[in-house]
Amino acid sequence: MSTISVTQHSRYQAKVARSRATSEPAWIRWVLIAIALAFLTLFLFIPLAAVFTEALRKGFDTYINALVDPDALSAIQLTLIAAAIALPLNLVFGVAAAWAIAKFDFKGKSILITLIDLPFAVSPVVAGLIYVLIFGLQGWFGEWLLDHDMKVIFAIPGIVLATVFVTFPFIARELIPLMQAQGKDEEEAALVLGASGWQILWRVTLPNIKWGLLYGMILTNARAMGEFGAVSVVSGHIRGMTNTMPLLVEILYNEYQYAAAFAVASLLALLALVTLALKTFVEWQAAKNAEETELAVMQS
Amino acid sequence: MYTKFSIKKWLVAIALASPLLSLAADISLLNVSYDPTRELYVEYNAAFAKHWKAKTGDNVTVKQSHGGSGKQARGVIDGLPADVVTLALSYDIDEIGAKAKLTPKDWQKRLPHNSSPYTSTIVLLVRKGNPKGIKDWNDLVKPGVSVITPNPKTSGGARWNYLAAYAYALKQNNNDDAKARAFVGKLFKNVPVLDSGARGSTTTFVERGIGDVFISWENEAFLAQKELGPDKFEIVVPSLSILAEPPVTMIDKVVDKRKTRAVAQAYLEYLYSEEGQEIAAKNYYRPTLDFVAKKYEKQFPAINLIKIDDVFGGWQKAQKIHFADGGVFDAIYQK
Repeated sequence: MSTISVTQHSRYQAKVARSRATSEPAWIRWVLIAIALAFLTLFLFIPLAAVFTEALRKGFDTYINALVDPDALSAIQLTLIAAAIALPLNLVFGVAAAWAIAKFDFKGKSILITLIDLPFAVSPVVAGLIYVLIFGLQGWFGEWLLDHDMKVIFAIPGIVLATVFVTFPFIARELIPLMQAQGKDEEEAALVLGASGWQILWRVTLPNIKWGLLYGMILTNARAMGEFGAVSVVSGHIRGMTNTMPLLVEILYNEYQYAAAFAVASLLALLALVTLALKTFVEWQAAKNAEETELAVMQS
Repeated sequence: MYTKFSIKKWLVAIALASPLLSLAADISLLNVSYDPTRELYVEYNAAFAKHWKAKTGDNVTVKQSHGGSGKQARGVIDGLPADVVTLALSYDIDEIGAKAKLTPKDWQKRLPHNSSPYTSTIVLLVRKGNPKGIKDWNDLVKPGVSVITPNPKTSGGARWNYLAAYAYALKQNNNDDAKARAFVGKLFKNVPVLDSGARGSTTTFVERGIGDVFISWENEAFLAQKELGPDKFEIVVPSLSILAEPPVTMIDKVVDKRKTRAVAQAYLEYLYSEEGQEIAAKNYYRPTLDFVAKKYEKQFPAINLIKIDDVFGGWQKAQKIHFADGGVFDAIYQK
């Protein structure tokens, strides 16, 4: 009982402290809020509304027809496949890289960090071209792949590769600062108490980073579904085969099929909205989690 | 995709093994084409599938890929598995043979009319009422006129555009090369944005409302008028233009590997049939079959058309002088 009242009390204290932090006059606060809202309206709500109005301009039937068109279905399927392969790959890679960088000291650590950031620094078009140069018919492995009847670029593997490349920093980048801030104390304690490597990973490290990890996964997924540039280079734009949703939007738009283009775009926008909602939820959970941990520490 | 493919193979195997089941095979072709042919091949592919089904009983689906002609040729060179290519100009198909050895050197002799089942030309598209009073090529170099054309490095249409303007300047200046260069140089100074393909440029001009005049494929200009209303755009026929021959061919290495040679050959040949020619004409390409051309005579304005072989000595030469790295286009565009 007493623990609960203590918790409530400190929450109340935290609230009071927070309201005192904003000591500016009311009009300044309102002006700032108005500016932020105007900005949001201009850059987010109006375009979003425009996408849905354009998509539904020719009626709901046209909208649905545009989405169940075989080419659209194949694009949706391909987008989901690419994201479904890129996400777990980057999950494993991201955790491994962040774990190595945050918890161990070794030579070449800064080089590894730079390498992880590479996809952020390189233009997506260049990222796509790299794969054309490696796996294209005139590239390093082109002849060999042809002889063995394997396709990489202008087929699904190429699209997945390009997607993995552009999304791979997200999870690692999200986890490294988090893990560094948490330090190695808990892991070292676990080690002293006789835990094995796997036990430390599953019981100590992962529970500590789960919210950051989820956040990274959400970002990765959003980028994987929305990627245009790199995928465009390796796609070959074969209808019904190698077009992802963003590529299909461009094609439909260029074919004067505006309603259909915006219908597919609205689906992408919906995916983005779901992602955004998930992201907010995860942030909220993480904040709550952090607060509780802090309280627990204070109490002890 | 691989699993899907192998399931299909299994189905085919089962179908072949059992005489009780239908023997119709499912064939797929990939047609890698240039930008403005999108609507043409939607219609033609359906017609050909019907024709092939009636003739052989097999189902053929033709997949399409569209983009700037040069870019598409590059894709095929890099391994895009096209059974047939239908590109904007012969040089791009020459490149596929030269860079990747996928087609024989004499590919252009395999089908009639230099392997071009339909032809087209280059016209000028202006906004309703022609506010800048554009009548001919020389109006395009005037200060304050904004001209839209795609990038000749990646787009076939853009190369035809450039050569048509150049041929006009040659004629105006008694074949003085230096003056013709200065003319196209001035013209490209008036170009605010170079898209990579013809369709991108159409959208820039038509949808985004940029530019006063759009140098365009004739078929693309007609299509823009049809899709967006004749009350918005006018076609201006210049005093001289170029005969554009967009050629077609099959990619030998691909069709031999995929065992689709017969159907690919038939697909291209059917373009020359009455039905193929009708579809081309309906999509605003100039037919080569005489009586179909006669039937659609009124649709296409009579233009004084020069040929690339006569004025520029063929595509190989034109490409080398004008569009290769360090060529005339690079020189005038950098200035």
